[in-house]
This record gives sequence, C-alpha cells and structure tokens, in this order.
Amino acid sequence: MTSFVHSSRSFDAGDRSRLIRLSLKKICWYLALIGLSIPFVFPFIWMLSGSLKTQSEITAFPPKLIPESPAWENYVEIFSYQPFAQQYFNSLYIAAAVTMLILAVASMAGYAFARLKFRGSNFIFVFLLMGLMMPEEVTIIPNFYWMKHLGLVNTHWPLILLPVFGSQGIIATFLMRQFFAALPVELEEAAKLDGLSRFGIFWRIALPLSKPALAAVAIISFLHSWNLLLEPLVFLSDLDKFTVPLALTNFSDAYGLPLWHLQLAATSLSVIPVLLVYIIAQRQIVESFAMSGVKG
Amino acid sequence: MSSTPVVTTPTNRSAHFYESLSGWLFISPLLTGFCLFFVGPLVAIFVYSLTEWNILSQQSSFVGLENYRDILFENPEFWEVLRNSLVFAAGLVPLNVALALVLALALNRAFHGVIVFRTLFFAPVVTAGAAWAIVWTFLLQKESGGINQMLALVGIDGPNWLRQPDWAMVSVIVTRVLKNVGLNMILYLAALQTIPRDYAEAATLDGAGRWHIFRHLTWPMLAPTTLVISIVTVVGSLKVFDHIYLMTGGGPENATLVLAYYIYERAFEFFEVGYASALAVVLFFVTLGLTLAQWLMKKESN
Repeated sequence: MTSFVHSSRSFDAGDRSRLIRLSLKKICWYLALIGLSIPFVFPFIWMLSGSLKTQSEITAFPPKLIPESPAWENYVEIFSYQPFAQQYFNSLYIAAAVTMLILAVASMAGYAFARLKFRGSNFIFVFLLMGLMMPEEVTIIPNFYWMKHLGLVNTHWPLILLPVFGSQGIIATFLMRQFFAALPVELEEAAKLDGLSRFGIFWRIALPLSKPALAAVAIISFLHSWNLLLEPLVFLSDLDKFTVPLALTNFSDAYGLPLWHLQLAATSLSVIPVLLVYIIAQRQIVESFAMSGVKG
Repeated sequence: MSSTPVVTTPTNRSAHFYESLSGWLFISPLLTGFCLFFVGPLVAIFVYSLTEWNILSQQSSFVGLENYRDILFENPEFWEVLRNSLVFAAGLVPLNVALALVLALALNRAFHGVIVFRTLFFAPVVTAGAAWAIVWTFLLQKESGGINQMLALVGIDGPNWLRQPDWAMVSVIVTRVLKNVGLNMILYLAALQTIPRDYAEAATLDGAGRWHIFRHLTWPMLAPTTLVISIVTVVGSLKVFDHIYLMTGGGPENATLVLAYYIYERAFEFFEVGYASALAVVLFFVTLGLTLAQWLMKKESN
C-alpha cells in the first residue's frame, strides 16, 4: 500500500533529482560491469573477427574489427589443410564414449558409497580422494609405457580410459554419492520389502530419481573430454587420429610459424557449438559445475 | 538400549554379507580401472624414479637415488622450476580468489541483465583451455597482436608480452585466471545465497555501512568457502599445462617453466624417463602435502 501512495503523489523537484541520481548510479553500475566483462568477451569477438580475415589482413595496422570482405574460405581451407572433419568426429565420439562410461561406472560406485555398508569403503574413499587431487602429470609416464605395452599407443583407448578412471570419473562418483545420499531412503526400503534385489533398487528406484545428477555428470564429463590436450599430445601421432584441441595447435606454415587465419577459423569452429549449447542451457550447465565444485 | 544383545542370526549375517558383496560389486568397475590406471602407475612412478632409461638400447638400469641427487644438487634448473611454480601459484591464487569474490558480490543482487553477465563471466570455463590459450597468444603478439594494436592506437608501445620473462609470467597468470575465475565465482555466489538477507538488513537498520557489513558479516561467513576455493585453486595451479605449452613453451629463458610442464618436457621430448619420474614423485608429494593441509584446516575450522 505504501508504494501506491508514493507513486500517486505528484513529482516535486527533490524527487526528480533523486531519480536522476538513481539512474546515473545505475548507468555507472552497468558501465563498470561491462568494463569488467571485456577481458572475458573480447577474446571471442577477436577470434571470430580474425577467423574471417585473410593472412595479410590479419596483421594489418590499424586493426579492423569487421573485415571488409569476410574470408569465408578460411573455413573451407581448414578441412583441406588437415583432416579436420575426421578430427572433429574423433573428439565427438571420444567425448560421447567417456560420458557414457563415466555415467555407468560413477553412478554404480556412487550408489555403493551412499547406501551400502561394506568393509573397506572408507579406506577406498580416501584413496579415491587422492586420485581426485593428483595432477595427470604424476601418472602420465607409467601410463604411457603401460599403454605401449598393451599396444594402445596411437589409438583412442587411452583418451577414453584415463579420464573415466582418473580424476573426472572420481569427481562424478562423489557427485553421484552426494545426490544418492540425499534421496529419501524409505522408497528403497519399501522396494526391498517388495523383494527387489539391490541392483533392482538401484536401477528402478534410485537411478530414475537422479536425473539432475546424471545430467550434471554428463555435461562436465563431455566438456572435460572435449577439452583435453595433454593426453592426445602424449598418446597420438597420426594426424587423422588427432582430437580437436591437438589439431588446433597444428595450423602452421613450413617454418613452424602459426597460420593465424586458419588457426582462428578452426578454433572458432571448435568453440562456437559449445558456446551455443552453453547459451541455450546456461542455467543447467552452470549448476552442473557448481554441483561438482561444492564438494571440493 | 545398550543392553540389547547383538543377535547374529543366520539371516542377519547373510543379509550383511549380501550387502557387503553388492557394495564391492557396485564399485568393482571403478576400482578395477582405478587400480590399473592410477594406483599401479603411482607405484610404478616410484620404481621408475630409481632407474635410468637408455633410449638406444631400450633398457632401464637401476641407479638408486641418482635421479634425486641430480634434481636436488646437480641441476639448478629444478630450483628455477620450483621457484616458477611458486611464483605462478602465488600470483594466480590471490588474483583468482579476489576477482571471483568481486564478481560474485556484484552479481549477488537483483538487477536487469544479471544472468547475461553471469553467462559472460562463466563462458571461458566451458571453453577449451587450448582454444583460450591460442586466442590469447594471438592477442598478445608483439606486432600483430590485438592488445598491442589497441595500445598503439592510443600511442603506447606495448611490450612483447610472451617473449619477455616478467611479462610472459604475468600474461600466463592473467589469462589463466580469466579462463577459470568463473567457476570460483559460481561457488562464491552459491555460498552468498545461503547467507540470510535479514542479517544484512538488521545490520543496516543498526546503521552499519556496506564495508562494515562485508568485513564483519559476509567475509567471516564465507570463510569455509574461501578455504576450499583457495586450496582447490592452489592444487589446480600445479596442473597448468595447456597455457604453458601453447603460449610460451616454458620460455623465454625458462621464465614460465613450471613443474607439470617440465615433467612432460623431460619425459616426452627429451626421453629422460627416470629423471622425469623423480620429478613426478616431487609433484606427488607437493600435491599430497597441500591436500592434507586442506583436510587438516577444514577439520580445525569445523
């Protein structure tokens, strides 16, 4: 009611100056935020702008944000320069495989840690925590010779196995465990009385209830795999087996100098689909990362 | 109740056994892979570190603690690398945490477009590190880079960001912070939203200023989050690889050569497997020490 009384009152000079001060404050607030966001946004804009310039245009001074005649041919040339379509497909199917495997392995393990009492679970849990914190660089050397022994170097297997059973799989396990532990236990007890087996309870009761957690795990796992660089660099040597991040480092001329226009076109092509999905589903994606980070 | 006798009827015991068995079955896929690709290699790294690998004969020979002696006393490069890693962490962590807090505080209020700004600040987090590093490498070129071209328009002659030792370190730290700060911002935002608004309102009614409320109310209530964020960011800074590999290659003059990248370089470019493994053992203990410190501090603050 008070607000109604206020707004029905006629404006006097004091109100107007207060209003001006308020909108001035508002403008300053937005200007500050826009200023803060420049270092986060400008690289994307500059990447797109550069990807549409010719090789000579890209180093020209003064710089132009919008090239006079967009060099769309850059986006064609990257596919003939190296097998970029194949590399793109490699990244996609590896990320999909990593995601599926992590969903399966982590939901089962997470359920066990949340609901089942078994000897040694605490000890294993602490060990997994250590695996979660350890940088990949600690175990990458033995893993390389291990994969070599198994004949898996220069295949995609290490790129699938290492994330699933390394820190990413463990993050997913902890996330699932936390989610399962928060589910009401009564439902499962009722199912148990109905004679459902443990796996039946997990599969028919717990898993269908945990879709938000599964979605979060899927999102962070897919992005993790899609973005990997160290593992492809160590394990892959054939161009047509490369993944996108590794391929991006490979657009250079005969002297090893980067061909910026091609590199930026390829980079744009790898970043834009992710950004589009991100913009559409930003709430879900941001929350997924928040869920994976809270347990720290 | 304590006098209730524990009856271990056959059914009770078998139910217990059944639950234990299903527990092990449920974790067995993860555990098998974890042993094969983490625990095994972790043990192997200690064994490797006591050997020297001959690349020509493809044979390794036992050399005892020779590699560690090399690292600690013979090779001054290691101390340089350790120093760089510390400088990197000391620069990155406070900058990341402070910026994350500022952004979270700015976004923790209702105004038009708050979602837009949150989306923008978080966008680099979902972007591949390699892509981010490539674009920034392009931006930071001496002549053709966007940053120096902008500076030139206002008459400033920008430095050669990635080819001057001090600027190279600063560049790698800042671009890495921009890449990841959105994640810590989100964690701070989540924590801020758990602080009841009445607290701040009551304090305002008592005449407390904004800074006062932040200093004596918000900041103390954020302490657990700050602790977790700090340690995770420190450990994360030890993993930095793609930014170093793509932006500086550890140079110039080793100025950005950090431990994780040094391990990669020694093992996979120079094939000094024993030496690199000893370095990996060092990284293992550094990470373990930091993780334990986190655990102890968390325990204490509870």
